[in-house]
Amino acid sequence: MSNTLNLTLQIWRQEGPNAAGRFETYEARDIPDDASFLEMLDVVNENLIEDGKVPIEFPHDCREGICGTCGVMINGRAHGQEKGTATCQLHMRKFSDGDTIAIEPWRAAAFPVVKDLVVDRSPLDAVIEAGGFITAPTGTAADANETPIPKEAADSAMDAAACIGCGACIAACPNSAGQLFTSAKLWHLNSLPQGQPERFKRTEAMVETMEQFFGSCTNHGECSEACPKEISLDFIAYMNRDYIKSKRVNRKLAGQR
Amino acid sequence: MVLDSKVPEGPLAEKWDSHKFNVKLVNPANKRKFKILVVGTGLAGASAAATLGELGYEVEAFTFHDSPRRAHSIAAQGGINGAKNYRNDGDSIYRLFYDTIKGGDYRGREANTYRLAQVSVDIIDQMAAQGVPFAREYGGLLANRSFGGAQVSRTFYARGQTGQQLLLGAYQQMMGQVNAGKVKLHTRMEMLDLVTKDGEAVGIVCRNLLTGEITSHSGHAVVLATGGYGNVFYLSTNAMACNVTAAWRAHRKGAYFANPCYTQIHPTCIPAADEFQSKLTLMSESLRNDGRIWVPRDPDEKRAAKDIPEEERYYYLEEKYPAFGNLVPRDVASRNAKTVVDQGLGVGPLKNGVYLDFAAAIERDGLDKVWERYSNLMEMYERITGEDPRETPMRIFPATHYTMGGLWVDYNLMTSIPSLYACGEANFSDHGANRLGASALMQGLADGYFVLPYTIGDSLAGKLGTDPVSTDDPVFADAEQAVRDRIDTFMSINGTRSPDYFHRELGKLIWNYIGMERDQNGLEKAIAEIRALREEFWKDLRVLGNSDTLNSSLEKAGRVADFFELGELMARDALDREESCGGHFRAESQTPEGEALRDDENFAHVSAWEWHDADTPQTKHAEELVFENVELTQRSYK
Repeated sequence: MSNTLNLTLQIWRQEGPNAAGRFETYEARDIPDDASFLEMLDVVNENLIEDGKVPIEFPHDCREGICGTCGVMINGRAHGQEKGTATCQLHMRKFSDGDTIAIEPWRAAAFPVVKDLVVDRSPLDAVIEAGGFITAPTGTAADANETPIPKEAADSAMDAAACIGCGACIAACPNSAGQLFTSAKLWHLNSLPQGQPERFKRTEAMVETMEQFFGSCTNHGECSEACPKEISLDFIAYMNRDYIKSKRVNRKLAGQR
Repeated sequence: MVLDSKVPEGPLAEKWDSHKFNVKLVNPANKRKFKILVVGTGLAGASAAATLGELGYEVEAFTFHDSPRRAHSIAAQGGINGAKNYRNDGDSIYRLFYDTIKGGDYRGREANTYRLAQVSVDIIDQMAAQGVPFAREYGGLLANRSFGGAQVSRTFYARGQTGQQLLLGAYQQMMGQVNAGKVKLHTRMEMLDLVTKDGEAVGIVCRNLLTGEITSHSGHAVVLATGGYGNVFYLSTNAMACNVTAAWRAHRKGAYFANPCYTQIHPTCIPAADEFQSKLTLMSESLRNDGRIWVPRDPDEKRAAKDIPEEERYYYLEEKYPAFGNLVPRDVASRNAKTVVDQGLGVGPLKNGVYLDFAAAIERDGLDKVWERYSNLMEMYERITGEDPRETPMRIFPATHYTMGGLWVDYNLMTSIPSLYACGEANFSDHGANRLGASALMQGLADGYFVLPYTIGDSLAGKLGTDPVSTDDPVFADAEQAVRDRIDTFMSINGTRSPDYFHRELGKLIWNYIGMERDQNGLEKAIAEIRALREEFWKDLRVLGNSDTLNSSLEKAGRVADFFELGELMARDALDREESCGGHFRAESQTPEGEALRDDENFAHVSAWEWHDADTPQTKHAEELVFENVELTQRSYK
């Protein structure tokens, strides 16, 4: 059977986007170590409601580490100390009885706080909207096996496509840069045969949209460290190469019009 | 009202083609004159919104998530079926159709299911073109695997993240249309009511989850792609926010709710560890391809799994079903797991699971091969339980996963309310009483990409030249007021219990009485106890905070309130259906071997329920199922 933990939590509370925030201290008692981190917060919230206090808003949904909704700073680290693990998949057995845990929302100017631990990550959708797709209207597709893709290439595209869009890379970055997120989507699409026709248009549009919202990359590598899917830094290099190329290719294409 | 399924005449294989020819078309230049509201942006909703936008319609898409990419379609792991016959192993559209009808225990509509199998082929092409990184062979062609209940390899997959990759494909395609200005996307907007005028759907009322603002939206047609209702069980594999509210609000406005008792219990989930458990985690049943399921023969067994000798292990599926073994359909696998656990043979600290053992596969194919196939699932399992499945067998137990019931729709996917459509898991249509593995992604995309965009024109064509009903019309003001009143009620009850408390208690009732096995006595008790708990809910609910900010408790209260009414209808439907079929197992109706026993004479129909009010039981309307192509047989996987 599982053991239980008693913890002290310092949690960021903020009533709304324009309100001032502050840390509040809460005691979490008798938390089973088989519980997940978010289930621990569930218990805290149930107790708050019982005491007539407004519960803590925190982002979460699938609790399987795939939807990308969850994510908080745990003791200053995006998604906590476990490598390759989203907040919802972090379990209390990784903590010790008596620990003090600081819990904050994602830290990035591009992700303003909505309430408590919830932030607005809509810039991520804006980056995708700028070009993170392959234009293939429904009904136009040829037989799926007409375009063989070497297994290695498909696997590499999948490595990049595994990104869950949680924003931890940006929260972990000292510059709040969006390079890892953007480059993962670019490599997914740019490395596949289907993605070639729009490759450089996509790259230029997504990179420049990214730069409207996020800081600059200075190769700290904190993003990949924090990433629950352990997306590789290599994709940023591929993106930079494609971006430089895009400036030339897109001008050439424009000249042909 | 007589339910008209609008299934076209003619031979099965020609119905869809002839229907596509016969439905009314909207001229390309006129499509921009029609506005379509799509609620929900999972696989069905995003693919529908993208395709409708490409066709030229004005589309508004609504999601209550912060981004469409969060929809729970993303969590599907195993794969998507497509009758491509790339493996040359005897698959065909007809075989996929037949397997789906049979797997659904002959409670699905033949024509819908056949159409699903037909368009499955196009889905694979479409998603590959969209850049979905499906698994491939070294030659570069698509890989396939065999999946729960199938004897051919027709399942396409992207590691253990197929749902994620397909959803991202559909989401990206939709974002392309957002970029093109053809789809207007509303995030963090929850639909809280359907608006009808003269019996026809004309729009929706939404709450902005960040500001609490209540707004009206009108269109020529409303498409609900809002998923299933499995969260009525509280503990399920659904995401925390999954709910029935959009469909239920439509039901209360006149849309019939079909077969609510058809719920699917997935056999391979991680058993609950403690009382604070908030959800159950599913692991793809592709694991059953290589894992062997067993329990110790001795209920007092204390040894670790690997120390238990072969002859003291009970491989109950392999023994009882030699032809299918560990690959029997989900309902059979789930019920058998419950049987052995009820016999006291369960494993784990709470004795609430069975073993799923990879030792034989590792021995046969090597650890590397097995790891390549299942690494993400095994890592996930280890993260959650702290145990390494390479060294000790996984522990699994069934959990609620998918709901076959949903809004009744005709062949055009239109509900019993004109101009209101339902797609994907939100409708009832294609899986009968039980869904086969790798078919949910298929159906969501079939509806959104290849069915609705054709069929919706049929009702729109007649509206050419008419504007959507203005949101200044009193029907919208009335609906908005009702939504505001309901929110005010939640905020002002000032009781002592949280919405989660009531949800958890409701879930226990549903699991105990309307779970894997149902009987008359239990179902009657369920109705009485759900009603009593519902009364308590409306007296003792506590929602703190304000209604003009993000307030999860308030959101939850509305969803739980709807689950109460749904739960009661599930019990009523299960009580009415005095037979066992697929995911609905009535203890009174079983074969001498304990298998589900259908009653085709009296129950070969769809039960579609009509709402009256919260205190009057719904009225049942039956749509008789006609089987012209398959012979109804007792399902046997021996």
